[in-house]
Amino acid sequence: MKYTTIVNNQTIPVSQIPEIPYDAFFELNAGFVTDAPELHCVNYFGYPAGSKVKLICCMADDLHHVIHVSSCQVHPTDQLPSLASQLFCFEKFEREIHENFGIQFTGHPWLKPLRYAHNRKDPGQTIANYPFYSIHSEELHEVGVGPIHAGVIEPGHFRFICNGEQILHLEIQLGYQHRGIESLFLSKTRLSERVQIAESIAGDNVVAHTLAFAAAWESLCGYKPSPMLESARTVALELERIAIHTGDLSAACADIAYQIGSAVFGRLRTPVINFMQEWCGNRLAKGLIRPGTDQYPFTPELAQRLAEVLLRFEPEFIEMNTELFKMPSALSRFERTGTVSLANTTAIGSVGLAARASGLSRDIRSSHPYAGYHTLKHEPIVKRHGDVYSRLQVRKQEVPQSIGYVRELLKSMETSQTVATPPGTPAPGSLVVSLVEGWRGEICHCAVTDAGGELLIYKVKDPSFHNWMALAMAVRNNEISDFPICNKSFNLSYCGHDL
Amino acid sequence: MLGHIKILYHEGKQFIPDVTTARVPGIFRGRPVISRTKADEEALVNICPLGAITASPVQLDLGRCSFCGECARQFPEKIEFTTDYMISVNDRERLIITEGVNEPLKISPEKVRREIPRLFRKSLKLREVSAGGDNSCEWELNAANNVQFDMSRFGIEFVASPRHADGVVITGPVTENMAEALQICYDAIPDPKVIILAGTDAISGGIFRDTPAINRDFLNRYKIDLYVPGNPIHPLTFINGVLDLIK
Ligand code: SF4
Repeated sequence: MKYTTIVNNQTIPVSQIPEIPYDAFFELNAGFVTDAPELHCVNYFGYPAGSKVKLICCMADDLHHVIHVSSCQVHPTDQLPSLASQLFCFEKFEREIHENFGIQFTGHPWLKPLRYAHNRKDPGQTIANYPFYSIHSEELHEVGVGPIHAGVIEPGHFRFICNGEQILHLEIQLGYQHRGIESLFLSKTRLSERVQIAESIAGDNVVAHTLAFAAAWESLCGYKPSPMLESARTVALELERIAIHTGDLSAACADIAYQIGSAVFGRLRTPVINFMQEWCGNRLAKGLIRPGTDQYPFTPELAQRLAEVLLRFEPEFIEMNTELFKMPSALSRFERTGTVSLANTTAIGSVGLAARASGLSRDIRSSHPYAGYHTLKHEPIVKRHGDVYSRLQVRKQEVPQSIGYVRELLKSMETSQTVATPPGTPAPGSLVVSLVEGWRGEICHCAVTDAGGELLIYKVKDPSFHNWMALAMAVRNNEISDFPICNKSFNLSYCGHDL
Repeated sequence: MLGHIKILYHEGKQFIPDVTTARVPGIFRGRPVISRTKADEEALVNICPLGAITASPVQLDLGRCSFCGECARQFPEKIEFTTDYMISVNDRERLIITEGVNEPLKISPEKVRREIPRLFRKSLKLREVSAGGDNSCEWELNAANNVQFDMSRFGIEFVASPRHADGVVITGPVTENMAEALQICYDAIPDPKVIILAGTDAISGGIFRDTPAINRDFLNRYKIDLYVPGNPIHPLTFINGVLDLIK
């Protein structure tokens, strides 16, 4: 056997993962994804193993609900044939491994620095000297935007090559937000610290990242959360989706100067996040999820309150959407703007909302169910056109769907008892893969423990890792003035990418 | 058109009439109160994942606290978080809450630079720089300008260019990779200018305070005019803090 097969949140001994030579590893993983959109790479990373580097590749099979894990050992000085030279979805993974260990991937289209991690192999590479592409031509000009942008948002640099008003090419340079999250998981050894690191990976996606961490940790410890705890976490996850999707619709309206839409969606978000505060004392759910406990039990009073909040929210949300999506002036800005084809989406390994808007049905809630999704039987919402309109439509339709799920969960959550059993200690020499579908898309956390049960490596992958490339593809041949609306329609995370 | 009128009718008035007296719903964790009750101080100090609590006397540093609530949950008779969101100060020391002291947190007027109220009382334009912020404080700063909090009614607004700004609001622990951009932005703001730190990460580095990926030299170079604690900050904490600073 060249690989081992696991399911979401399953812990296995690392020794169970077959270690194969790199050429077999290459063939195996290239073979998985070639002409098979139902398979995609959820994580591919390296960690030091003595003087060598151990590479682990996790390939999710959405049809059979399993993850194939394979591994190999290489030298940091090795020159390895690049998977990305054939399959573009490996592009970022190989750049990351190159940045961290110096491994050369021959044939990689551009082995440029990824995020200028503080512990990068070559500290001589600095963020001020990023090797941008440029085209020398009398007709073309370049536009540089960032790292600091016009609005109150995170930093990143966009370099456009334009022909007049038209964008020919966009290169996105990230890394400004790098805080050393992955190494912090190792250096902070207390669970209470680690869970706060997880909460800080992306502050607009707290529930999903913290849940991915909690599920990974609980699995490593052999701890099974109670159905009540699983349901409460699922409610929180769907509320996060409702709140942020609503806020994103507000931002899209603001970008097309549609004041009333921006104002109404903006204020509609408030009761949902205020409910989070009523539940756990924080509008963005920081503090809510902790491995092994429901320290803020979901009481019948809260259930009652939530039902009321949603009852008021839903008709107002629908009313505003109906108005927005029948206005020709809004539609003309959304339709056929920022299109990503299904072929490109698949090639770059796009995930989540962005993938679904382009016709690629990737949704961990249905393909690798966890927490409450085993019983919810989620049906992903998929669109075909891959434009701004489609991405907004996915949001518009996912919100009522999420409301439906919350209502369904509320029915089965009548009892509330507090659980507070310490999860225990992680199994030694093990690996776990934890997948969660956040509002942006698939989040993947992988942990490997050493012989003493301590964390050897903790890998975090935010959906933005893949989807920034989708934005770069989307804006090609669009007018540069449409960049903001394209960007907003993805709403990707800078810190989730930079870690 | 009719649809819009209907929506306007359904929406009614959304703004908070008085931001100084508005109440926040639920179990918001604002200014903590530490009682003089005897408690196992060593255990209390150890419980805090951010090292925000120190013993004899028991003190809690709001500039380091992530408002996770763990201490209050395990020592409910010792520490209690009130819903008082007025916790912005201009004196870093005042963020340290001592046991037995239950007083509102305020701006120390003697420490406000004279030109601030003189020039900015009716209009303060700010440039926000996220330097490793996780987009939670950025999110709440945007919310401060929604139709409910409506901060711009006080003349406080975020602007796109540092050239148009009277000061900078910093979120995040200040990453090494953003250090230069932050300096360039600050230098581009015309004098006199204010510096506001929003959120625990910006004030102390938070959970990131000892990672080598951050570089906080910028903050040691200048006087900080306002500290707005929170993780993330609450829009009301920010608005009231700034209003107090410029009044
Ligand atoms: S609420 Fe603040 S002081 Fe208390 S444990 Fe959490 S971080 Fe520490």
